[in-house]
Amino acid sequence: MNSLILRTTTGFLLSLLVLFSVYLMLRGHNAPGGGFIGGLTATAALTLYAFAFDVATVRKMLRLDPLSVAGLGLVLALVSGLPGMLGGDAFLTSRWALLALPDGTEIHLGTPLLFDFGVYLVVIGVGCAVLLTMAEERGE
Amino acid sequence: MNLLLVAPILVPLLTAALCLLAWKSVRVQRWLGVAGSAALLASALALFAEVDGRGMAVSHAGEWAAPFGITLAADLLGALMVVLGGIVGLMVAVYSLGSIDEGRERFGFHPLVQILLMGVCGAFLTGDLFNLYVWFEVLLMASFVLTALGGERAQMEGAIKYVTLNLVSSAIFLAALGLLYGLTHSLNMADVSLRLARLNYPALENLLAVLFFIAFGIKAAVFPLFFWLPASYHTMPVAVSALFAGLLTKVGVYALIRVFTLVFRDDVEFIKELMLVVACLTMAVGVLGAVAQMEMRRILSFHIVSQIGYMIIGLALMTPLALAGTVFYLAHHIIVKTNLFLVSGAVARATGSFELKKSGGLYAAQPGLALLFLIPALSLAGIPPLSGFWGKYILVKAGLESGQVVLVVVALAVSVFTMISMMKIWSEAFWKPHPLGLTPAPVGLLNGPIAAMAAMTLAIGFGVEPVMQLAERSAQQLLEPQTYIRAVLEARR
Repeated sequence: MNSLILRTTTGFLLSLLVLFSVYLMLRGHNAPGGGFIGGLTATAALTLYAFAFDVATVRKMLRLDPLSVAGLGLVLALVSGLPGMLGGDAFLTSRWALLALPDGTEIHLGTPLLFDFGVYLVVIGVGCAVLLTMAEERGE
Repeated sequence: MNLLLVAPILVPLLTAALCLLAWKSVRVQRWLGVAGSAALLASALALFAEVDGRGMAVSHAGEWAAPFGITLAADLLGALMVVLGGIVGLMVAVYSLGSIDEGRERFGFHPLVQILLMGVCGAFLTGDLFNLYVWFEVLLMASFVLTALGGERAQMEGAIKYVTLNLVSSAIFLAALGLLYGLTHSLNMADVSLRLARLNYPALENLLAVLFFIAFGIKAAVFPLFFWLPASYHTMPVAVSALFAGLLTKVGVYALIRVFTLVFRDDVEFIKELMLVVACLTMAVGVLGAVAQMEMRRILSFHIVSQIGYMIIGLALMTPLALAGTVFYLAHHIIVKTNLFLVSGAVARATGSFELKKSGGLYAAQPGLALLFLIPALSLAGIPPLSGFWGKYILVKAGLESGQVVLVVVALAVSVFTMISMMKIWSEAFWKPHPLGLTPAPVGLLNGPIAAMAAMTLAIGFGVEPVMQLAERSAQQLLEPQTYIRAVLEARR
């Protein structure tokens, strides 16, 4: 697609959408959201970019092959289950750490976040693998 | 204990993830596949040693106690099945090095095999019915892609039948799960078992038992639900069909054993009679189907069906000896059947065809391969002292003790027909000269896994005592589900 308007807006939208997807992923532990929805949003952003520009640019932006992104996500999700086992508990038992910032805010960091990030990457990887392949087959 | 129980699931998952990370390099994926399968076998053996030495292993994922969380539990049968899964995985991974074309490798053959193994091991280890469904889906997804990978015409035709019938089975399974949950408000096998015993809705329980029997029966390929199997197995690459032949239907059989020894314990008299009839018909129809075939892998596919019948016998009789026979038969069959498919690939490589009419001359050119075929083939037919003889002997003895004369007659007759089929392959592919006068080509690396599995068949045959004792102890556990239930529900919170 060759549209100046789409290209210009996509430049802004991409960063906004990716930021929003990260926000969705982070709030997912206690509120609607999570790695899956976040991943879908990020995939939508990348697909939009592929429509406005071309598939090759998106592939270059990802740096890794989409399926390798999914593989990385799987590894992260798997790793997130391990800390619990170090303490003698079952696989996937959550572990939390409290991060106190200088201004007094406290952030709960835990293995579920790592798991969610893993899911986020898997969804982006698989989503992009499917969509980009189809977009390429259409003859771009 | 926690680590041992999840390792057979995590190792293939990690291997698959690493294969995806190495997506561009087929060579790295190849070796990852072999190394991962070897690690899976090692972790399976460690789990087996633990279960064998210290009794059942139970772990609740995320420390969410049963019946609310997902329970992983391994008794002797589960651990044994995981070990067999590891063996088949490793053999197929090695075999695929010399037999899978690069096109399939580049589109994810290696990670898919690992995901399939993960699904299989997960199904063997889970103690939760819904989780069992999930593992079934995981292994089916991987198997769907492996079936269709390559996209040859015949392959697509087989894949469509395979996918459709397995989806029907999954839908029935899911419907049964919904009904069961509505009835008992639980999905944890141990918990459901206790709750069902307290309820008194015989009609609903019978309906559920039949639904589960149909759902797992399709996956196990019993009569009259087996048609997807001979329609698809001969269309795939050999390594894939060997993997499927060794493991997939056996996951169905395992699920049948688990559900009908643990969950539905009491009011299942009528389903036992149904199983007896189904076992007889499965054995007979499978073997008769094979008689008409002249393509090596189609013959072997029909024999899978007929052999499943033998495994159902033990479940239908439900005596300690009969169940031990089923467990023994499972172990014997997984190794022998995988090996026969591997041999069929070597035969096709050497003579250029799976069609018996177009092959020949192997005995003269490669007596070693001929011997390696004879070991699993005679074992399948039940010639002493090979493993199949003992499996059939135990089941026949159990049948006689229960007074099931018809069953015994069918089982013995089927065994004769199995022998005829194996001799047909022998005389066509090995004994007669090649119709075009070709000298069969050497098969190199393919001999390795074939020889290793033939050695295992011999080991089970000659060292039958320890294997039989293991099968008897495992049957004992299955017949006393209280131990399983207590282990799951009272595991450390």
